[in-house]
Amino acid sequence: MTTNQMLNRSSKSDKIFNVAVYVFVILATIATLYPFLNVLALSLNDSTDSVRGGITIFPRHFTLKNYDVIFSFSGLITGFKISILRTIVGTVLGLISASMLAYTLSRPDFQARRFVSVYLALTMYISGGLIPVYLLIKDLHMMNTFAVYVLPGLVSAFNVFIIRSFMDGIPYALQESAKLDGANDFTIYWRVVLPMTKPALATIALFLAVTQWNSWFDTYLYNGSNESLTTLQFELMKVLQSTTSGNGDYRNTNMTQVMSSVSPESVKMAITIVVTLPILLVYPFLQRYFVKGMTLGAVKG
Amino acid sequence: MKAVAAPLTNKEKPRKSRFWTTFIRNKYLYMMSLPFVIWVFIFSYYPLWGWTMAFQKYKPGKSFGEQKWVGLEHFRYLFNDDTFYLVLRNTLAMSFMGIIAGFAIPIIFAIMLNEIRHMAFKRFAQTVSYLPHFVSWVVVAGIVTKLLSAENGAVNEFLMWLGIISEPIQFMAKGEWFWGIVTVSDVWKETGWNTIIYLAAIAGIGPELYEAAKVDGASRLRQIWHITLPGIRTTIIILLIMSIGHLISIGFEKQFLLGNNLVGDYSKVLDLYSLEYGLQMSRYSFGTAINMFNSVVSLILLFSANGLFKKFTKESIM
Repeated sequence: MTTNQMLNRSSKSDKIFNVAVYVFVILATIATLYPFLNVLALSLNDSTDSVRGGITIFPRHFTLKNYDVIFSFSGLITGFKISILRTIVGTVLGLISASMLAYTLSRPDFQARRFVSVYLALTMYISGGLIPVYLLIKDLHMMNTFAVYVLPGLVSAFNVFIIRSFMDGIPYALQESAKLDGANDFTIYWRVVLPMTKPALATIALFLAVTQWNSWFDTYLYNGSNESLTTLQFELMKVLQSTTSGNGDYRNTNMTQVMSSVSPESVKMAITIVVTLPILLVYPFLQRYFVKGMTLGAVKG
Repeated sequence: MKAVAAPLTNKEKPRKSRFWTTFIRNKYLYMMSLPFVIWVFIFSYYPLWGWTMAFQKYKPGKSFGEQKWVGLEHFRYLFNDDTFYLVLRNTLAMSFMGIIAGFAIPIIFAIMLNEIRHMAFKRFAQTVSYLPHFVSWVVVAGIVTKLLSAENGAVNEFLMWLGIISEPIQFMAKGEWFWGIVTVSDVWKETGWNTIIYLAAIAGIGPELYEAAKVDGASRLRQIWHITLPGIRTTIIILLIMSIGHLISIGFEKQFLLGNNLVGDYSKVLDLYSLEYGLQMSRYSFGTAINMFNSVVSLILLFSANGLFKKFTKESIM
């Protein structure tokens, strides 16, 4: 066999391989997108018509009635407000705590640096578990408060270490020259280091915001009976579990009564979209940040 | 002896005063970290003290001294409880299925993505694949339930259209489907996200290796086998070992949200067990015993995994 023939043969198998790769990735992309589009189409389709089945990615009888119905439910409005509030407060507090701790850990001359590093790292592996934490929250009188959404998880070791490894890359000479100018450590953190840490902070802000927005279990555990502190995810969870096959705890919520004018299925789809949309809207713009942050965390952590 | 001891004590003094001078010099750093150190103590370390409840007949409202100590009674009860073994089986089954699928599929997908030369399409496919990671399990459970529904669910409609089945399958109502549904949902949600690390590792492989292989006439499959896979070997081992460390602490969100009364025998995992049989029945001590079992076994697994890792790569992940 000549070299030429060999090259030809391998390029032919490469072509088959190439086609297989594209087919695989296209199928995976469809499998990821289709469920979202299907839910969107169902949420925009007339609910009596949906029962007939056969809706794919386009609504057959377009209507906004499902959305009208869910927004007439006060629990959803409260949930929306609380979810937005906890996302903002939780993100800001989380950023401040993680960046401050990260800064002290990035200072080679900080005495307690090793101790605090190990002390924080251990929390990633050891946890008291559901019930001891539950009783602690109860003893601290944090049941039925907004604080329970943002305070217990305020310090995340993982976030601290990601920001720290980013700060380690900032030339230390900048801090030293600020120090010669008479700046104290807090000023250096706030004026010199923090502005240079923006890409890492953007990543962590995204992680914090998504975690806050997606949380439902703390509402279920601590604020489940308090209608003024309900969150959007928790409301969706209640509606989803209200079917006959669900756990059944929520079969008779307000929501199911409100829903009588349209089918519960359509209402579920509409709420799913309302809960998901904010994330889908901000996410493409932040993509480059979180990819950077993830790889940074992976290299160091 | 004296000669050795004397310089030591001489050294001791400045060291002590040096500690305090540094301490004062570090005062802002202490002020910036101490509040959070205390914070972490309260919310992460103090609950460990709650493990004492597992050895008591804990009654809320009583002080620590007034609690009745019962030794290992709760653990004895736990290890004689049939539900515990059912729950442990479910936890391990879903964990193993999750590790195998969640380990192999992202590697394959990352390699596939890396082979795509059309940059715009590659970026689009990546963007789409990360998307489900940012959606909550509540939403994913809702979507999965809808897709698998026997009434107009997309999966049933598709299978019937293909003629594979003649009537809809009750996916969510049959226990034997449950583990698979949880695993597939997890793969759907996290595969794209988990490719990020592998893609970064692949990007770190020197292009000259591929050039040389091309000159030698290696096909693309051969290049993957001999260059890409060995290039990301360390990353693969690290991630595999980390997942072994989390073998039984798989959480409960998926199981809570996707499960229902009909599939309870397959959906209950350790954390759900402690929630339902401990917290919701106010059996705090028993529930804590379950939590403690969970935490201690996880820790042992993590340390053994880390030891294993050290042996293989002479490095440590902890």
